[in-house]
Parts: sequence; structure tokens; C-alpha cells
Amino acid sequence: MSVPIQPLAVSAYTVTSALGQGLDSHLAALSSGHGGLRENDFSSAPLACWIGRVDGVEEAELPAAHASWECRNNRLAWLGLQQDRFLEQALDARLRYGAARVALVLGTSTASIGATEEGYRHLDADGRMPAELRRPLIHAPHSLAGFVAEALGLEGPCLTVSTACSSSAKVFATAERLIRLGLADAAIVGGVDTLCDSVLFGFNALELVSPEPCRPFDQARHGISIGEAAGFALLERVDHAPHAPRLLGYGESSDAHHMSTPHPEGVGAELALRDALARAGLRAEQVDYINLHGTASLKNDEVEAALIARAFPSTTRASSTKGFTGHTLGAAGILEAVFALLAIRHNVVPGNLGCTDPDAACGPQLALQSEQRSVNVALSNSFGFGGNNACLAFGRAPA
Amino acid sequence: MSALQVHIEGIGLWSPALSDFAALKAQQHGLPVDAPTARPQASTLPANERRRAPDSVLLAVEVAGQAVAMSGRAASELPCVFTSAYGDQLISDYMCATLASAPAELSPTRFHNSVHNAPAGYWTIATGCQASSSAISAGRASFGAGLLEAATLSLAEQRAVLLVCSDIAGTGPVGEMSGTRSSFGFALVLSPAVTAGTLASLAIELQPHADHPLRPAPATGEWHETNPIAASAWPLMQNLAAGHGDCTLAAAETLALRVVLETLA
Repeated sequence: MSVPIQPLAVSAYTVTSALGQGLDSHLAALSSGHGGLRENDFSSAPLACWIGRVDGVEEAELPAAHASWECRNNRLAWLGLQQDRFLEQALDARLRYGAARVALVLGTSTASIGATEEGYRHLDADGRMPAELRRPLIHAPHSLAGFVAEALGLEGPCLTVSTACSSSAKVFATAERLIRLGLADAAIVGGVDTLCDSVLFGFNALELVSPEPCRPFDQARHGISIGEAAGFALLERVDHAPHAPRLLGYGESSDAHHMSTPHPEGVGAELALRDALARAGLRAEQVDYINLHGTASLKNDEVEAALIARAFPSTTRASSTKGFTGHTLGAAGILEAVFALLAIRHNVVPGNLGCTDPDAACGPQLALQSEQRSVNVALSNSFGFGGNNACLAFGRAPA
Repeated sequence: MSALQVHIEGIGLWSPALSDFAALKAQQHGLPVDAPTARPQASTLPANERRRAPDSVLLAVEVAGQAVAMSGRAASELPCVFTSAYGDQLISDYMCATLASAPAELSPTRFHNSVHNAPAGYWTIATGCQASSSAISAGRASFGAGLLEAATLSLAEQRAVLLVCSDIAGTGPVGEMSGTRSSFGFALVLSPAVTAGTLASLAIELQPHADHPLRPAPATGEWHETNPIAASAWPLMQNLAAGHGDCTLAAAETLALRVVLETLA
């Protein structure tokens, strides 16, 4: 069993998704109950489904100095960095600690594969990548972190975590270890995933895409709606930001079961949950809110609902926010970590948009509508293909 | 900041010319070595999985299996870190080509095998490992970044950790972008403490702002230059074969790792 960690301050955070750019638009959506899904207007060939697309990505041109990193995924990263004064606070951390003492750990599942797909649609006469896209750095998983490191001028440890839909949750664990061992004084974590044909047609081939807006935990759910998002957080030791919310713990595990379906009893998910509670030094009854993975796939929701029902008292509230944003895949970890942080900051439990008749496996914890109530401790679940599980625990700073 | 001390208990290695670490040592001593079979055997996988698994998984599982066997530890007990600069480039090429011509015909199996953590997934399923597993990437610093991630995981958790570094040869337009022309895999079992199974010890120190030593040396045509993991791991592999030595590895664009290797007498 893991031992408790020293909490870290989450001294800045931001997110951009189909709900809009920055935190305010996300909070407003939770209050109004209006989601951000739209009919698919993105894929290069028609595909009848709903998507969580971010407006304004196409216009978020990269500064000329970073033009070699141009692609839609990095534009979303750049757009996301500029919300909620995050860029300013990241540069301030670099100034305070030194460029080599700030780690950068970002999650993504597909990075800029959209640019590679585009290249294949427009190969030159010799069947090679067209000249404009003959930029090796964007055709690799590290494209996102490589761009952000350059844009922020960071020179510390820098890596991409790519474990499908748990990617940008696991970044918190890597960053905590780097800070704990003294290899960095602060870390910028986060993740960006953009819509692309690979995931739209890939999940469609697996028959996991819903023809209607996704309905997490509803009896009549028909699968996922794919979305895109960018989110970032700044982690540092608590004495540097004593009033900031805290990363209390995290848990990581593997299902050891199947590449694309979860363990039927949720064994891996429960291991990650127990690991997170142990590191945070928390008991289940101290958890006020859980942002669920809740993809609206038949299997995930059934397994996760049963886990929450058996592991938590009815005083713990739980919901999936994927009805608002779609499943943002490699960015889901950071997006939903930010929902957990918003829940704490504003004492609001997000409603589980899209669910009217909960699955029989759901316990009394599921919050169908947004609720105003005290939230001091919030968890976020993220589970990925390959049976890769992560759970994050956040808490309010002590008064 | 003091150096990170980790201890190697197992080594796995595969290239088209070298079937394992013993072959590398023999080659370094000027002895003849037999080339391995055309595809890595990956005998840790059950036969049906081996038939279905993509090349990236076979390569990673092959070297992971070698390293864990040498360590004598149970694979199910080892948290694991898989690192790769490009993931499965054959699947990337297939997917991008299919999406450009007939997107609705995309293979569901190839799609779920396309995730960067496919090797970690197949490995943990085959070995019943429910510990944490990660899949990372850091461009041409993927080996050094992986070593740093695995060493910090081992020391922070005080557990032995499996590190697997691999890239398969690329193909098509995306293969031309990666410049990866051969397959290479390398795996280490790292322990936070000296044990009866310790083969060699590493002292790892961060050296920031190290722009100059991280630039690739002029090409000499050596085999390891055709694969990003092989190129970056080559200095450490030579030291491992020799039993001592120090080297500088790239862990990020301007971040170097100075790695001193010692073998206990």
C-alpha cells in the first residue's frame, strides 16, 4: 500500500474545451446545464455523430518564432495557454525557479496525428509528405510537449505521457515524483488532444460512437461523443502558494485484462482509487465529489457505477461531465481535474448532463443536476485503453 | 542535488543483428554472433496474442521479457515504463493511408493497437501485472527521458521498475519523417537498492543547459544511427558491455543526464 505524499499546491490552472476558452465558460456551463456538443462538422468524410469541438482553434496562429510547430493540436495548446493568465503565471514560475527547475509533463493520445493525416490526403507526386508538412517534429507523439517547452522556454525534465485516455491524469504523478526527489521545484502539467479522423473513425470502427449526444450512465446510452480540449496546471510546493488548492494524492494501476474493454469487476479502477486515497491519507467518506470517467460506453459506465456504489457512502456526490464536453481522450485527465478544482473553488457539484434514467448499477451518489454544496475534497477518475487507470485527489487548502 | 542511484538487475536487447545482451557483449569483444530470427519471438505473450500483436508490441515484449528473466523478479510485481519516440509507425502509416482513401474501412483492431501504450497493455495483460504502467515519448531524447522517469519512479516508490525502450523501423511517408530505418529495443530492470541480483549500478545526474553535447555527432554510418533509441542508448550500452564507464544522454532538448556506471567487485 502506498504511503501518504506531501501535498502540492495547484497554484494556477486553466482549461479550454467545447464549453469555451478558460474557466469562466466552464463554470457558467455547469450552472446553466448547457453542454457544448454539436453535430459532427469536422471529419474529412461524413460521419453521423456528435462532437465537442473548440471554436477559434483555426484562428490561433502560432507566433512566427514557433512556426515549425504549426498544426491544429499545437494551435489548441497555444489557445489554451493564453486563458486565465496561465501563460503569464508559467513564465513567472520560470523566472522564480529558473528554466531548468520547472518540469513539463504533458499528456496526449494522438498529439498532432491530424497533421500527418492531412499530409497523407495531399501526398506529392512522388507519394511523399507534401512540402508544407515535411516537418518531422510534428509527426511524432512529442510534438505537443516539444512545442510547449519551446514556447515557454523551459529547460527542465520534459516528457510526453501517452497512455490513451489516462494520459493527462498520469502527468500529475510524474510531476509529483520529480518534485519529491528534488529534480524540479515546480512542474507545468496538462494535456491537449484535438479531433482527428483517427479517433473519429477509429472509435466508430469499434462501434463505440453514439449517434446522439452522449448520455453517461443513462440506461439508454449508446456510446461516446468525442471531444477536444487543452488544459494546464502549475504545481509547486505548498509553502510557495499556501492558499492554492492542493494535489493530495494520485493512484495508478493496470487492469491486466483486455486492450479495449475494462475489467468486468473494475479491479484496476479500484486499485487506482485505493492508491489515490492512501497517498492522500483519506478515507472514502471524506470525499465530497468524484468526477467520473463516465464515457457513456456500455461497459465503462456499468463497471464504474458499481465501483462508486460499493466504495462510497451516499454523502459522496459523483458525476461525469462528458455530456458537456464529450470525451476529450488524452486531454480528459486535465479537463476533469479542472472540473474537480472548480467544484472545490465554487462549492458546486457538476450535474451529470445527458442522464435521465440512471443505469441500475448506479448508486445514490450520482448527481443528475448541478448542486451547490460544500466540496473540500474531490477526486477525478481516468481510465484508458490497455487497461491503464489513474485517479487524482484534490483538496481545498486548510483555512 | 545529489545523483540518483539505481541498480540494474536485468538487461534486454534486440536488433536485427543482436538477439540479446550476451550477443552485444560478444560483439564488443570481437566475437562472431548469430543474427536473431526476423521478428522478435516475444515468448512472454501467449501464442494467440503473439499472432495478433503488432510489431511494436513484439519488439517491446521481447526485450522486456529478457530483462525480467535476467532479474529473476516476477513481472507481475514490477511497475513499468515504456518509452518510444514514434510508437507503431507501421500502424500510423496504415491508418493515415486508410483514412485518406476509405476512412469507414479502418480496422478496429489496428486502431486499438495504435495507442502509444499498446506494448504496456499487452505486457501487463500477458504478465498479470496490475501495478502502474506508463507509455512516454520525448522525441530523440526518448531513451534518456525514459531512464529518468523509471529511475524517479523506482526511487520515489522504493520498488524495482521495468524500463522498456523501443522503436520499430518506419515505413511510408511517416517513416521518411521519422528517419527510423531499423528496429531496436532495450530494457532494464532497475532497483532502488543493491541486491544479490545487482549487475551494475548507475549514478544519474541532471546537467541542464547542455545544448552542445546533445547535438548528434556527425553520421558515421554505424548501425545504431538508424534508430533513435539505439542512437541515444548506444553510449550506455557500450558501458554496460564493458562493465564501467560514464556517458552523457539527452533527457530533453537541452537537458543532459550524466550517467556513471560501475560494477561492484
